Amino acid sequence: MRSEAATAAQATSAASASSIGATPRRRDTTGTRATRFLGLVVIALMGLLVFLGLVASPQDVNQGDAVRLLYLHVPAAEMTYVAFGVAALCSAAYLWRRTRSMAWDRVANASVEIGVVLCALMLISGSLWGRLTWSQFWTWDARVTSSALLFVMFLGYLAVRTLEGTNEQRARRSAVVCLVAILDVPLVHYSVDWFRTVHQRPTFVVKGSNIEGIFRFTHFVGFTTFLLAYIWLMLHRNRVAMLEEITESTMLEAAIVERQREGASDGGRAVDAGAGAVVGATGVRP
Amino acid sequence: MLATLIKTNLGTILGAYVVVFGSFALVAWRIVTKGKRLARQVPPEDRPWT
Repeated sequence: MRSEAATAAQATSAASASSIGATPRRRDTTGTRATRFLGLVVIALMGLLVFLGLVASPQDVNQGDAVRLLYLHVPAAEMTYVAFGVAALCSAAYLWRRTRSMAWDRVANASVEIGVVLCALMLISGSLWGRLTWSQFWTWDARVTSSALLFVMFLGYLAVRTLEGTNEQRARRSAVVCLVAILDVPLVHYSVDWFRTVHQRPTFVVKGSNIEGIFRFTHFVGFTTFLLAYIWLMLHRNRVAMLEEITESTMLEAAIVERQREGASDGGRAVDAGAGAVVGATGVRP
Repeated sequence: MLATLIKTNLGTILGAYVVVFGSFALVAWRIVTKGKRLARQVPPEDRPWT
């Protein structure tokens, strides 16, 4: 049944593609002039970050060259908090009846997808920094372990989104999982204060912080780069999700038309069975 | 030379930069190509950003 529905939808998609021009055009993207400009700014900032991090920044007195990894690790960690925080806010907005909208679910999903990538980069860059500083890639330290737990929990969020059910059921389930998983963020952040850890304590928010000059500036460039990259990815991922919803509903309509045609040909017996099959095949209730 | 680079801190640091920026590029490429493929199936009036 799924293959029939998919075939019908592909036919409809092909028809609509031919009606709007089958050859790819510049407008047939998720980009705009603004996002292209933002993308260029991100690429330029990445180049500046590489230059500052690898060339301009001197060795740290205590860490030596390992400090160059912190220009990636710290912004990745900060943006992980931001991405999962945005997802949690959107999930709460979805669950609250007054603001319930599938748009919140869409943004939450996009933010978690990007946040998981950022979290993985945080763990990888932190692991490499650990190899240079602690002489080992991994330690079951409170900060490191809670960060790994955060990664696994949001992977679980993405797994929950693949479960069977209607769009509303999926949105509700994943919003609840997101609000549970976000509880780990304060644990990650304050683990260095609450437990005895080998991980260093927060550097920028501690009174009398001695990070100055090019170290502070490079970190600022790193944070700005990661923030703008996150915004760029969010804009595009959200638009892709909108396109997915439209093509999914097109598939559904095509499948319903197909069933109605079948129903008309065999005296209406297939219509009821077909509607059930559509729900099963697309996860959307007509 | 490659073995020496891997054993030194420089190899680790350069590897980290390659992994981080390479991951960004890969994710961006996947999103953009998927967007292009889907955008061709959707009329422009259904795409609010166009």
